[in-house]
Amino acid sequence: MTLVVADAAAVYTLRVADDCLVLSHRLAQWSSLAPTLEDDIALTNIALDLLGQARAMYARTAELDGTGRSEDDYVFLRDEREFVNCLLVEQENGDFAMTIVRQLLCSTFHLAQWQALERSTDEQVAAIAAKAVKESTYHRDHATDWTMRLGDGTDESHQRMETALATLCPYTTELFETDDVNRDVVARRIAPDPAILGLEWEAYIDKVLSAATLQRPEGTWTPTGGRRGLHTEPFGYMVAEMQHLHRSHPGQTW
Amino acid sequence: MTGVEEIRHIVGGIPDPELPALTIEDLGILRDVRVDAAGAIVVDITPTYSGCPALEVIREDVERSIRERGYPDVTVRVVLSPAWTTDWLTDAGRRKLLEYGIAPPRARSADLQLLELGVACPTCGSAHTGEVAHFGATQCQAVRTCSDCRETFPHFKEH
Repeated sequence: MTLVVADAAAVYTLRVADDCLVLSHRLAQWSSLAPTLEDDIALTNIALDLLGQARAMYARTAELDGTGRSEDDYVFLRDEREFVNCLLVEQENGDFAMTIVRQLLCSTFHLAQWQALERSTDEQVAAIAAKAVKESTYHRDHATDWTMRLGDGTDESHQRMETALATLCPYTTELFETDDVNRDVVARRIAPDPAILGLEWEAYIDKVLSAATLQRPEGTWTPTGGRRGLHTEPFGYMVAEMQHLHRSHPGQTW
Repeated sequence: MTGVEEIRHIVGGIPDPELPALTIEDLGILRDVRVDAAGAIVVDITPTYSGCPALEVIREDVERSIRERGYPDVTVRVVLSPAWTTDWLTDAGRRKLLEYGIAPPRARSADLQLLELGVACPTCGSAHTGEVAHFGATQCQAVRTCSDCRETFPHFKEH
């Protein structure tokens, strides 16, 4: 399917939807594998919230881009290069520390973004955000609690958290980049300025990491490209698995 | 009863698929029932959580119950704004939750201090309870234990 999008607002809502979808799929991969039953349930509950947020944003995208595509069309019938999620959400689950660090970095970003989107001039987006704010607050609390426990825990857990931060922090620069799409939706007050979100995000992350006896590593490289459809290697495998059933049995429903 | 009142009564009595002891009216999911200019029945429902899987089932149950009553033209709208809150649970809904073994949500209002109050154990009534996990069997529930009777119980968390 070729992606034909005229309105920057549709590109923006598609980015938000793809971020939610891909993170949801990654978290769902923990189902039956998490270290405790409580966290198996927590991670899959968070995945379900994110899937709901993604569905609402795909529905809004279909209205804005005028294609009338269904949620399934966006999720199952686009190729890897047509997804415009950030690189951070597609990174593999790794160990539990890696997943928790990814959750802390992502949920802090999501919460700040949804809070700003509550004031969007796009009323439908504002309504979706009003629901999502409450859910993202739980997600950030969950990641914050675990970051404290693992960072200020045993030598082993602390070291794993440091490794996860070193691996994932480089991918966070991309979250706050600005391009023509952002400039357009910021000017129309549909979406917040990424630079301002970045300041809020840094303040919270650094406060939590400090309390957890951890710190954000100094960045040396800043991978980017997700918003233009250029993804990291693990993503292709994820998309193949996610789309396999739908591609093998076109039109299949539950 | 007028036609709309009758339909509202029927729809309001539909049980929630995940918490069948409560109706969709008890939970505050049912927002409005009306007849539009063309004579069609329009029902507004609101999701509790963005990804709540019960919503599709509720939509089908609402449509079916109205059609069975002899009104073929039904539209069920999913309304996101204003966002659902546990403050919309009715008093009957709170009582049914407790009888079902689920601690009801505390009143929220604008004063978040209220959330610092204890959650009473639905088994023994003790306020000495603590959260074990913020995520439970459904999106709307957390898990707590009672330090007096040692029972583990679900809590319909404030939202």
